[in-house]
Amino acid sequence: MFDFNGKSVLITGGSRGLGRALALRFSAEGAKVAMVARRREELDEVVREIRERGGIAFGIVADVGDKESVYPIMGQATALAGPVDVLINNASALGPVPLQLIPDTDCEDFERALQVNTIGPFRLIKAVVGSMVLRQTGVIVNISSDAAVEAYPSWGVYGASKAALDHLTRIAAAEMADAGVRFLSVDPGEMDTLMHAQALPDAAPSSLQSPAAVAEKIVTMIRQSDRIANGSRLIAPEWRPL
Amino acid sequence: MKAARAPRADKTNVKLLVVKDGMIEDSLIERLPDHLRPGDLLVVNDAATMPASLPARDARNNQMELRLTTQLDERVWQAAVFGAGDWRTPTEDRPSPPRFAEGEEIMIAPNFRARVRGEDQLSGRLLNLEFNLSGEELWRNLYRHGKPVQYSYLEDELKLWSVQNVYSSRPWAVEMPSAGHALSWRLLLKLIRKGVQIVPLTHGAGLSSTGDVKIDLALPLAERFEIPPSTMEAVRRTTAGGGRVIAVGTSVVRALESAGMGLSGFTTLKLGPGYERKIVDGLLTGTHDVSESHYQLLRAFLPENVLAQLSQHLERQDYLTHEFGDLCLILV
Repeated sequence: MFDFNGKSVLITGGSRGLGRALALRFSAEGAKVAMVARRREELDEVVREIRERGGIAFGIVADVGDKESVYPIMGQATALAGPVDVLINNASALGPVPLQLIPDTDCEDFERALQVNTIGPFRLIKAVVGSMVLRQTGVIVNISSDAAVEAYPSWGVYGASKAALDHLTRIAAAEMADAGVRFLSVDPGEMDTLMHAQALPDAAPSSLQSPAAVAEKIVTMIRQSDRIANGSRLIAPEWRPL
Repeated sequence: MKAARAPRADKTNVKLLVVKDGMIEDSLIERLPDHLRPGDLLVVNDAATMPASLPARDARNNQMELRLTTQLDERVWQAAVFGAGDWRTPTEDRPSPPRFAEGEEIMIAPNFRARVRGEDQLSGRLLNLEFNLSGEELWRNLYRHGKPVQYSYLEDELKLWSVQNVYSSRPWAVEMPSAGHALSWRLLLKLIRKGVQIVPLTHGAGLSSTGDVKIDLALPLAERFEIPPSTMEAVRRTTAGGGRVIAVGTSVVRALESAGMGLSGFTTLKLGPGYERKIVDGLLTGTHDVSESHYQLLRAFLPENVLAQLSQHLERQDYLTHEFGDLCLILV
């Protein structure tokens, strides 16, 4: 059972959608939240919102797809919020919008999606996991997608990068099985977010989950993570608290 | 000794000189688990290395480099100042910076400035600086404008990722706690599975050299440290159970022995000949030259004749020195 009060939580893609909802949820639980996003104005707004509610939040302006950003992110997050107890790799790049078939996709678009969706999370895992093992506490959640499992036409770039992230999660959990760190990969399901609207502009918002409801569920998953098989892939709309 | 001139791509061939009961044995870092026993405790410094070197200029446009040494308050840091030039010049050959008046402003970037709040009595090159920023704005700008402290013996400029250990966390160190540089998780998990417990503390390792004789003789300066209660408990259990408390790096010795003397927060403790260790039984450390401040600390572990023998052996067997060099394991 994880008590989030005073814990340090690092969330990438924290200024919008699910990342923003998670930041609000964790700060309401008493956690110190460090959020990473590329756009300063949006980030500042979420930080302000959390502080106005009495929470503790810090904004880090960085691109998780850029190798040079990793230690600046880590340094700022830990200097301000303390050693990371929970890392949520939530930032994602869809790839070319509108979505393209694989043979119509530029190599650079695929590389960019891999940098943000797979290699960025890999670098951040590498940067936080050692300290978690030494402190014998820590949860790492990688936000995935059903596109990692289902072969939806035109979702090649996004789906392949998320499938790689899922497998990275499983292997990291196997390597660190007895080392005190929990890894989860979470398919949040379809949400009413800007990213969803970019990918599927015709979807009716009323048919989609709210990011706040999904964030609530992910927070519960993390709280119960010591009772969930390490490296599990969880589907938020289907998952029920233990 | 020759300096290792670049970060080691292959850490498996880092040499390890083991000193035990006055005997010397050549080994490799990969064989560290063979030299430790179940029940031993390895204490590491989990401080990440911050970008402590900042380019700056004064109102008369004199160029300089600030090397932060330690944070004293929300906005106030102690810093050593170097004159014009860059890291390729050895610190002792760097020109002196101009003298500063109290209240004078130093500019790092248009929106990132520091005001001189006083000189240290040791030297006019050691200043207390008050930044115009604090909290997340200060850290954002430190990471934006700063670089890790560089070393003149290196082939290339160091990137921030080259000066982190595999377990680093908060950026409290202004230079890498380098005894841990050769440790990989493959090796650490092997140790854990053997029954060697590994626990962290955080020690803001300071500058290793400034080129200013007065400052260098006084090193290490006051350093900030924090030891989790669980680490102190592990130390007590290990000692009570007959295990050995082994420090990874001189910064860990300083922190643990300071805690043993009842200090917390900051330490000015200096270890050297005649110092009676109260907590630490062993030390994994770099290969230090007689001229370095770290070497003084080794005198708290080994008598002069063994230290002399060790130095000769390191030299003869071509051990590499400095931040990315080979290592010594001293067990007493």
